[in-house]
Amino acid sequence: MEPVILHSITKTYGKEKKLAVDKVSFAVKQGELFGLIGPDGAGKTSIFRILTTLMLADSGSATVEGFDVVKDFKEIRNCIGYMPGRFSLYQDLTVEENLKFFATVFGSSIRENYSLIHDIYVQIEPFKSRRAGKLSGGMKQKLALCCALIHKPSVLFLDEPTTGVDPVSRKEFWQMLKQLKQQNITIIVSTPYMDEATLCDRIALIQNGSILSVDTPEAIVSSYPDLLYAVKAENYYRLITELGRYPGASAAYAFGEHVHLALKRDKGHLQEAKKEKILSYLAGAGIKDATLKETKPTIEDCFIRLLSRNEYERETRQ
Amino acid sequence: MKSISRQFSNQQFFSFVRKEFYHVMRDRKTLLILFGMPVAQILIFGFALTNEVKNTRIVVSDYANDPASRRITERMAASNYFDIERRLVSHREIESAFKEGTIKLALIFPAQFNESLSHGNSAQIQLITDASDPNTANTLVNYASSIIRDYQAELNMLHSVPYSIIPEVRMLYNPQLKGAHSFVPGVMSLILMLVCVMMTAISIVKEKETGTMEILLVSPFKPMLVIVSKTIPYLILSLINVVSILLLSVFLLDVPVNGSILLLFAESTLYITACLSLGIFISIKTATQQAAMTISLMGMLLPTVMFSGFMFPIENMPVPLQVLSNIVPAKWYYIIVKSIMIKGTGLALLWKETLILMAMAIFLLTISLKSFKTRLE
Amino acid sequence: MKEKPDNNQQLTIQVEELSKHFSHFVAVDKITFDVQKGEIFGFLGANGAGKTTAIRMLCGLSAPTSGKARIAGFDVYRQAEQIKKNIGYMSQKFSLYEDLTVTENIHFFGGIYGLTDKQLKSKTRQLIGDLGLEREAKKLVSSLPLGWKQKLSFSVAILHDPQIVFLDEPTGGVDPVTRRQFWNLIYEAAERGITVFVTTHYMDEAEYCKRISIMVDGKIKALDTPSNLKQQFNVPDMDAVFYQIARGAQRGDKNPAA
Repeated sequence: MEPVILHSITKTYGKEKKLAVDKVSFAVKQGELFGLIGPDGAGKTSIFRILTTLMLADSGSATVEGFDVVKDFKEIRNCIGYMPGRFSLYQDLTVEENLKFFATVFGSSIRENYSLIHDIYVQIEPFKSRRAGKLSGGMKQKLALCCALIHKPSVLFLDEPTTGVDPVSRKEFWQMLKQLKQQNITIIVSTPYMDEATLCDRIALIQNGSILSVDTPEAIVSSYPDLLYAVKAENYYRLITELGRYPGASAAYAFGEHVHLALKRDKGHLQEAKKEKILSYLAGAGIKDATLKETKPTIEDCFIRLLSRNEYERETRQ
Repeated sequence: MKSISRQFSNQQFFSFVRKEFYHVMRDRKTLLILFGMPVAQILIFGFALTNEVKNTRIVVSDYANDPASRRITERMAASNYFDIERRLVSHREIESAFKEGTIKLALIFPAQFNESLSHGNSAQIQLITDASDPNTANTLVNYASSIIRDYQAELNMLHSVPYSIIPEVRMLYNPQLKGAHSFVPGVMSLILMLVCVMMTAISIVKEKETGTMEILLVSPFKPMLVIVSKTIPYLILSLINVVSILLLSVFLLDVPVNGSILLLFAESTLYITACLSLGIFISIKTATQQAAMTISLMGMLLPTVMFSGFMFPIENMPVPLQVLSNIVPAKWYYIIVKSIMIKGTGLALLWKETLILMAMAIFLLTISLKSFKTRLE
Repeated sequence: MKEKPDNNQQLTIQVEELSKHFSHFVAVDKITFDVQKGEIFGFLGANGAGKTTAIRMLCGLSAPTSGKARIAGFDVYRQAEQIKKNIGYMSQKFSLYEDLTVTENIHFFGGIYGLTDKQLKSKTRQLIGDLGLEREAKKLVSSLPLGWKQKLSFSVAILHDPQIVFLDEPTGGVDPVTRRQFWNLIYEAAERGITVFVTTHYMDEAEYCKRISIMVDGKIKALDTPSNLKQQFNVPDMDAVFYQIARGAQRGDKNPAA
């Protein structure tokens, strides 16, 4: 049985019944690094809180390690580790005091599971008598991870551990997660950063409380139906505007230094002819320095496509 | 197996309480306020307020107008304390002067004051004072009495037969002089309310704000114990405050503890329990430290000051407010402490108040525990 | 430097050897750079590199320890008040009052920058129209999705047509589509001649800037156009450039003293 299973979980807030989670179902496999990818307000934190037994869903059911999140919440609390998004530890306690406290609260001790956190803890150990409030962002995050791991949970929930963290620290954090995976801990992590999706075994793309897609990052990318071009020109702003008006374009949007142009695949034209057509269209619009190449879609491209399709469906439903 | 798990939870519990003490001890400013405030309040109420009596307007109504009454009046006038208006006034006039607030004390010499003194060796002076401000009233009476005593001592040095002048004190508006020395019980009920309600509520809500409450709830540690262990440091802090206030009052202000200390601590614990429960309740119902603070201050501290009888005599309030004052735990605690400390009353006479306080403590504890949730909202 | 506002309209930000010390700790260490009018300037750096301190100095919120800086032609030491009138500021942490409606927020922020009632009215109508918020104008800001809030917040920050707008991680946590719409707003503002000074943790957004600087341990370690930087470090994207430069950071995560 999978360690985490959600079945049609729905959650609303307040009197207006604002929909936060909309019939979400997915399952996480044993030992998997599972990513919940979506922007702020997509419902990630609500899902985490339901799974960690902090909140009750309006409807639907979910189990963690086979325990029901409503009935067996005590058992679940014994076997999970959780790092909330805004978790800031006790600022006025030292690194060591924080760790010791959480170890004891979870009925464990630092010595008992030291091997599990060793690789992470050695990085902050030199500062163990420093107050947590005086640590930098990346250090706090490492300490928080140690605190969530110290009782050797079998499922680890990390809610936006890398938000607001610089790219270097983010890379390091994901390396730590990779190492943890080897200990056979099931990890569910949420993030608004699309580029982190490829570091997960499987991901769920989520927006407005509903799941857009659940699969391996590779499968999601390979299911991208359109042709994708990366176009570059000096006048970036005009380039986007012109490509947005290109006949047959399903989307044109900024993507790093390029503009990504998505075109419906059709059998008629040869690739080279297509490129020529775009370039001559741009030249006709006064952009003569444009260069373009066909490019592989990323998770972000897929997300954008799914988002706009979702928006479209939402609009037509109304 | 069972004993192991109990040992575990004991260890968890101690670890938790230790952590709470770290929080308290490391927040120096708050700590200073917590321990400094009772001292400051005792000093303010004990010295500043009571001793500031200077040039108070009093009226002397001299029906005797004989050498003895004139001597005493002169002495009164010679002191810095009083400005004397000497005239014959009726009781009714005195009353209206008090009501207008133009005078604070009236001295009434009965006719044949000197006669009774020299022939009967004993005479009476009536001292009437406005006791709605009990501290001032008490001080004024003390000063006037001591001037009279001085005069009496002087007389006795000259004569072989002892003379006695008996000041007959009448306290207007507040006949039992509720409030005399009452700042000690008053400060105690205030400080305990502040520490237990506000500090407890803030410290729990702070964990909600920083997100650590989520972790604690997710842990196998019993949610109820989270709350209980958070209150322990404040219980101890409060008891330390009780001790320090009592020490100050006994050794610095000469306000003795006439009754049983044990009973005093038992009653204090009861009151503290009620306050801690209120603190927990507020923390459950609020999401930010700011809200917790506002509710504690406006919703708890203000009624305590208003309705405990410490600052404002309840007897002088309109009836609806008098009725309202009954739901303020501080009122009952204040009555109990005052009786034990000043009158030396025992449980035999205080059982009614004690029962009321106990019922309040139980009620508050029950609703706060009932409303506590094992999940987030 | 001259006392009067600088006549050189081409450079809206001029910073020379600007430093800020906190007792023994050098938060910002002699940074030097210029930003041109209408330029989108990316101000990147690792956590704890000193970005926030630097931005505070540039906004006239904190006095530098040494060095020179002119913002919108005004001196950061003596003309902080004029600077504040000529800049807009938006951060991810605070942007709008959640318990006021969209219109109330616009009126409030327009009001503190001294817009007249007439200006406010027309600006409000235009802004709400541009963002397509007609239906939400009377709703509380707290009821808007994050992306809309951020777009609104940006529009409010440039309501008084400042010379420069400072954006501190404006798109954190925003979905990729809204993020792009947000950048469209930035481009429009830049086209109108507003200088945009932006920090971000999204490296693809660094590519949208005309030039970027990367701060490490209080110093500016790199400053150039994204394509030049990629060429210089011989890597395919800005992510790699950042990693190359910030990897050796002493402060921040390697040394919590930061």
